[in-house]
Amino acid sequence: MTLRLAWRNLWRQPRRTLLTVGAMVFSNVLLIFLISMQVGMYGLMIDNGLKFSTGHLQVQAPTYIDEPKMRLTVPAAAALARELRGIDGLEASARGVAFALAASDERTYGVSVVGVEPLHEPSVSSLPGLINAGRYLEEDDAAEIVVGAVLAKNLKLTVGDELTLLGSGLDGSFAAAVVTVAGIFESSIPDLDRGFSAIPLGFFQETFFMGDAGHLVVVTAGSIEQVEEAAVEVGERLPDGVVLHDWDALEPALRQSIQADLGSSFFLYFVLVVLVAFGVLNTQLMSVLERTREFGIVLALGLAPGRVGRLVLAESALMGLLGMALGALFGGLIVSYLSINGFTYPGMEEMSAQFNLPASIHPRVTLVSLFAGPLMVLVFAVLASIWPALRLRRLEPVVAMRAAV
Amino acid sequence: MTAVRCVDLSKTYRQGDQEIRALDHVSIDIDAGDFVCLSAPSGGGKTTLLNAIGGLDRPDSGEIYIAGERIDTLSKAELAELRLHRIGFVFQAYNLIPVLTARENVEFVMQVQGVGPAERRRQAEQILEEVGLEGMGERRPAEMSGGQQQRVAVARAIVSKPALVLADEPTANLDSTTSDELIDLFTRLNRHHGTTFIIATHDRRVMGYARRLVKMLDGRIVDDIRQHAA
Repeated sequence: MTLRLAWRNLWRQPRRTLLTVGAMVFSNVLLIFLISMQVGMYGLMIDNGLKFSTGHLQVQAPTYIDEPKMRLTVPAAAALARELRGIDGLEASARGVAFALAASDERTYGVSVVGVEPLHEPSVSSLPGLINAGRYLEEDDAAEIVVGAVLAKNLKLTVGDELTLLGSGLDGSFAAAVVTVAGIFESSIPDLDRGFSAIPLGFFQETFFMGDAGHLVVVTAGSIEQVEEAAVEVGERLPDGVVLHDWDALEPALRQSIQADLGSSFFLYFVLVVLVAFGVLNTQLMSVLERTREFGIVLALGLAPGRVGRLVLAESALMGLLGMALGALFGGLIVSYLSINGFTYPGMEEMSAQFNLPASIHPRVTLVSLFAGPLMVLVFAVLASIWPALRLRRLEPVVAMRAAV
Repeated sequence: MTAVRCVDLSKTYRQGDQEIRALDHVSIDIDAGDFVCLSAPSGGGKTTLLNAIGGLDRPDSGEIYIAGERIDTLSKAELAELRLHRIGFVFQAYNLIPVLTARENVEFVMQVQGVGPAERRRQAEQILEEVGLEGMGERRPAEMSGGQQQRVAVARAIVSKPALVLADEPTANLDSTTSDELIDLFTRLNRHHGTTFIIATHDRRVMGYARRLVKMLDGRIVDDIRQHAA
């Protein structure tokens, strides 16, 4: 009967209850939208951040992640990448990484030279799609290079120009090659545009005396959610002497930036929830004051003061549940629609195109994004009623009945 | 057997600067099964005495016993438990819960007592029939007359068969016919169930039904008369 009584009490002042529930529904829809957008945005941030070059997983020599030295190699890297591409839903590409002095006719700069598999690199990296002059690499053993736009400018290079690379080979001997600029990319990431270059893996191995070895095999799964499962499958196929790292280990800064963003977002959510809680507090205080006489009656009839308090809490819980159900329904419908059709805002398409990235955000509908916010509102609504409920514990039946007559 | 025993009860209220002595060294014993009227002019102390006996108000000094158990030293929760199981209240202003139907109002006390739904419903319907409200169980208080509401209040007070019923001016808002019917109901319940009734009233007709008439003035018992009930 407590619940029945609580439910009927709510509808004594339907306008006030509807306004309070309406505020809850609005804030719940807002929270569901914001949290789903945030989760979707993080997915996009991770995917986009990893798409440039890191990938979801990397096979490396055991200590390469801490100290990326030339001699820490993955044997038969291209063959391993080929084997991993055989796993359903996975893309893989082998890479070699070296440092070299790049000398044009006029200038010399230190650059990172990455040996890539021209055919497979586009499936694990968005960089090949960012060529804005010339073309990407095509043949595995061609003496060609693609360079960042700033590097090209610094070295005064254009497509078709020659560039000399000078570095150290795997065995420590002098490594040198002359390559032709096949393409120039512009990623809008200053470090990449200024100091990154790519040459075919076969040519890289030949130039740096690598044999069939590489330094990395980059693996991407269909999406970030599939990484865990992919890691298990890749792990089963790894030869001895190499290890597998996931994106979290490879790009710790990415998770840290997400966590920092989460912190500030949750502060905003907290403020929103507290505002709603004050609304509930106001409603329940008014409601308790109006019903002082009635509480006196039920106390006189023998209802323990604690149970009277629980009645008030039950009323708030019912309002919170109603707000949660309606909020989850409307919020769920909105974010479900946007998760299919995407959400974009003016200027986003142009910005995304610049980075060779998707033009819209797809909010992610999960149990957490659907219910985390509404549950917070529910909990705070009940918490906000504790004070009015506690006031009732001090109520004397005779005083309550007399005061309100 | 003594149903209620009050020993040297005193209670003082402050109203602004004025001190009102609502109970002034009141002592009284009431037998189980008795039908007692407390009569006094306004401010005479009858409601204060009734509230003290019912554990709704605490005396400043003195002792109160219900069926031999001292109650003036009990905690709020213990007093609530006592009221729930052993005392029925009928108030002047009916004091029904407006959002509940007549039947649900009657069931309320049993529900708090933990009686199962089917048994609650059966007993509620039976008692509503007994107080002459058969077929009106699904009406809400606002849909009933004052007399009908007071009958629901009586049904609520007696449904769990308390040993003691305390009624404060139960006929004050009723017309004479309805008042007579209500008092008739009280006397029947008193005779059939052996329930002890203590009624605070101004109403001379109600006093006529009582077997014992206790008159109060300025917080003191000034007369205590045994009489033949009407």
